Amino acid sequence: MTGRGRTVSGRSAAVTAFLSRYAIFVALALECLIVGLATDTFFTSANLVNVLRQNAFIAILAAGMTFVILTGGIDLSVGSVVGLSGVICAGVLAGGASVPVALLAGLATGLAAGVVNGLAVTALRVPAFVVTLATMLMARGVAFKYTDARTITGLPEGFATLSGGAVASVVMIAVFVVSWIGLARTAFGRHVFAVGGNLQAAWLAGVRVTRVQFAVYALSGVAAGLAGVLVASRLNAGYPRAGEYYELDAIAAVVVGGTSLFGGRGSIWGTLAGAFFIGILNNALNLFHVSTYDQLIVKGAVLLVATSLDRWRESA
Amino acid sequence: MRLAAQGLTKQYGGVTVLRDVTIEVASGEIRALVGENGAGKSTLIKILGGAVVADAGEVRLDGVPLPVGRPLAVRQRGLSIVYQEFTLVPDLTVAENVFLGREIGGAVLRGRTMRERAQRLLDELGVRVDAGAPVRGLSVAHQQMVEIARALVTEARVLILDEPSATLSGSEVDTLLGVLRRLKARGLAIIYVSHRLDEIFAVCDSVTVLRDGRHIRTAPVTTFTRESLIRDMVGRDVAEEFPARTARPGDVVLRATHLSAPPRFRDVSIDVRAGEIVGVAGLVGAGRTSAALAMIGALRSSGQIEVRGTRAAFRTPAAAIAGGLAYVTEDRKARGIFSMLGVDDNITVTHLAAFARAGLLSNTRRRSAAAAAVKAFDIRAAGLGQRAGTLSGGNQQKALVARYVVRPPAVLILDEPTRGVDVAARAEIYRVMNTLTDDGLGILMISSDLPEILGMSDRIVVMRDGCTTGVLARHEATAERVMALATAA
Repeated sequence: MTGRGRTVSGRSAAVTAFLSRYAIFVALALECLIVGLATDTFFTSANLVNVLRQNAFIAILAAGMTFVILTGGIDLSVGSVVGLSGVICAGVLAGGASVPVALLAGLATGLAAGVVNGLAVTALRVPAFVVTLATMLMARGVAFKYTDARTITGLPEGFATLSGGAVASVVMIAVFVVSWIGLARTAFGRHVFAVGGNLQAAWLAGVRVTRVQFAVYALSGVAAGLAGVLVASRLNAGYPRAGEYYELDAIAAVVVGGTSLFGGRGSIWGTLAGAFFIGILNNALNLFHVSTYDQLIVKGAVLLVATSLDRWRESA
Repeated sequence: MRLAAQGLTKQYGGVTVLRDVTIEVASGEIRALVGENGAGKSTLIKILGGAVVADAGEVRLDGVPLPVGRPLAVRQRGLSIVYQEFTLVPDLTVAENVFLGREIGGAVLRGRTMRERAQRLLDELGVRVDAGAPVRGLSVAHQQMVEIARALVTEARVLILDEPSATLSGSEVDTLLGVLRRLKARGLAIIYVSHRLDEIFAVCDSVTVLRDGRHIRTAPVTTFTRESLIRDMVGRDVAEEFPARTARPGDVVLRATHLSAPPRFRDVSIDVRAGEIVGVAGLVGAGRTSAALAMIGALRSSGQIEVRGTRAAFRTPAAAIAGGLAYVTEDRKARGIFSMLGVDDNITVTHLAAFARAGLLSNTRRRSAAAAAVKAFDIRAAGLGQRAGTLSGGNQQKALVARYVVRPPAVLILDEPTRGVDVAARAEIYRVMNTLTDDGLGILMISSDLPEILGMSDRIVVMRDGCTTGVLARHEATAERVMALATAA
């Protein structure tokens, strides 16, 4: 009896361990399978390219957000920074500058926003939630002021092709590979986990905690700048409302991907899977002709279920 | 007969942590529960308290089975546990904490009644604490007493204390033992978990020894000697509690002069030589840890620090480590270990740069360095990736020390290096300290454990109320002299 009980409990423990580690990947695979079986259109190349392209922006934001959340922080400003860096990029283009200059301007805008966040969190010691809530409002405000709340159009031909074809997807994959190397194979990356896992211990262990904290917000800002110029290119316009609510999708992707909001635990590939889990959910709801209102309800419910499963496996 | 547990067995993921353990404790008895970390004490306590469900066996109180898996119901039946980690809410008052979850009154609480009853309880325990004071301002020892008062408020008949003395200093331990005797006289059955043999022989009536999840022996305390108790716990002879020290002190590697950070400590001057262990003795709250934190730049202070003869003004622990001065915390759980990260990450986190080439870490070199440390310090882990939070206290401590000597500093400050560590791991930590000093490292060891101070230090600095009150050479140090300097004259 006991012998048998032991094998079963041993096996179920192994299964639980596997599931808890790869839960989001299993969920993503199941989701693709179900949606693929239920519709004729999901596994068409046109739809798949569409899914990749639509979710690349959120995924890039979520990559930056993963660093922030791993340290135990949060960055609510990324959606607004997408809008701001997009209009700056478009504005510089409209002013006659070359495309590379405009791209750099967009990225620099994102970096600047990240630097402001990082400085406020580390030097002023204001909680990240409050800091990035403030910069979220301010960045959006600046975007509206800069454009007079109008859309900047008439951008040169070459700009729109930047996000054409698979470019955004390739950029996204590059972002994730770099993030993965950064987290797994650099001292900075391990320090990110250390700071999020135990701030006091990290400090006493000689980790330069404030530098790490500053850097993750700067990184998240750059990611938002990158997403911002890609979105502007896709719209072929500088739209001051671009990126609204993106921060919520990005945070959802990170959390659904298994990264703890308390920091110290998570993975970048989980975030990628989380972003596409949510993206494909959106896609499926569209394919099934679910109304926009119902979509919100479904998404909210999925987020709740996913995180409560996460809590459950943590305590199991 | 009060508490009787029969044939308790528990497995976790195929590993048996408790095997057919039977324990009976009578009213008016203080039972010591001893064993190395990992012997199964915590699991046994949790099963008794209803927090963990046993795979087999049952627990009865006065012949009636206790509810299984329902800690609150067990508590209401009269069995209370004071856990090692405090569960007090700092910003509530003592009385509010004592009655937390059992408040008197309906929608409107009867604050004065609770306060009076809490005060009476504390007075009965002989503890001078104001029930209206917030817990935040209390000493660790007094917080401990509040925990005990809280356990007693439910009319406890069985009280289990899990290493209550781990964070207490000498006189505070005496107070605690006095409280236990008083409770015993009131007819409580008490199970007392401790690694400190002195206390066991001082206060306990009987001893139950666990080893590797098995019950080894239960007998009156008078039938044990220190040696036989240690032998039962570890299953072999631990040759010497403290290894012989053959110090050959070299040059001064750490010189702190006139270090002050009022009100925590003032005018502290300490020298440590290469190859030397300098013990810092004193009561909890004497300012020893604050002084150490000031040395590594974790606390602002005035005064001077020299490491290897070079003036230093460290502003952060990182700068101190770079300058050859490392500090191993007394608070392993809260400020030491990364419980969610692997053993390898825990060991290599401080000196990651040593494993990087062009910014990229070599995981091979990192793992081999971690593996070497695991071997050198005899850290018992299932693998390098095992989460540090799941290691025993002793192995966590060894991993923590290993972290700072991946690249040996000139001086290592060890703050309570064997707190909450079992006998065998303790001996290994002492062995490691000897190896390090043989290699020319200087060690500054803060300890509240008097035998440890006397057994390991080449010189002893004693602090009281933030000031150094004396320095004793190894040959002139006795327990009495250290205590005399540590307590008010």
